[in-house]
Amino acid sequence: MSETPIYTEYHPRWYRRRVSTYWWLERTSYLLFILRELSSAFIAWFVVFTLLGIRAVKLGPAAYQAYLAWAASPFLIILNLITLFFVVLHATTWFNLAPKAMVLHWRGRKVPGEWISYANYGAWAVASIVIALILLL
Amino acid sequence: MAKRTIEPLLWTLFSAGGVVAALFIPIQLLLFGIVFPLGWAETPSHERMLGLLGHPLTRIYLFVLCSMALLHAAHRFRFTLYDGLQIKHLNELINLFCYGGALVLSIWTLVLLWHMP
Repeated sequence: MSETPIYTEYHPRWYRRRVSTYWWLERTSYLLFILRELSSAFIAWFVVFTLLGIRAVKLGPAAYQAYLAWAASPFLIILNLITLFFVVLHATTWFNLAPKAMVLHWRGRKVPGEWISYANYGAWAVASIVIALILLL
Repeated sequence: MAKRTIEPLLWTLFSAGGVVAALFIPIQLLLFGIVFPLGWAETPSHERMLGLLGHPLTRIYLFVLCSMALLHAAHRFRFTLYDGLQIKHLNELINLFCYGGALVLSIWTLVLLWHMP
């Protein structure tokens, strides 16, 4: 070939059916997909919320008390409840997908997918218990 | 030959960040966002938090958690904007917003943890 074809990233020239901007409202599975993807925004919010907490601790007892009072305001509690829903949605969809992303073999046999999921849920439980013990005791 | 891109690296970081976020964020959010504010358990005192954050392991843990979770979120949010709103033509702007935001917040995390008393 003498000429290299022009590769247009994200702008294919071939025919494509028009898709509505709201395509993800058409089916429950599509909606669940976009909600799962939206969990990313809530993960970012968690990081900001945590960083503000670290900053408050650093600034001193008064700033820490102000942070705790802010976190206890109805708006923040509702926001964090919604965030918790999205974060758990992320965790469960992630662990359920793990066997598809990671295929393990042991002694020449494929490790069943459920085992990999269970291992992930187990790790989740252990991590949660350890963090809870550190913060509650 | 296809041009080498940074995409595979971004997808690897996305996966690693996804695992870290899934394992550690729910419990921390449950405690600091719901349980402590509602008074269901005793909130750690300022002294206790200072002690925890003063430990090098806590700082390393928090830096890894925050930066990896941010990269994960940036990558996923980028594709949420691409697919959900079909605004692929704003490619460069979205990348700048997502990865730039993750980078700025990661640097802030590093500065905060570095200067902990």
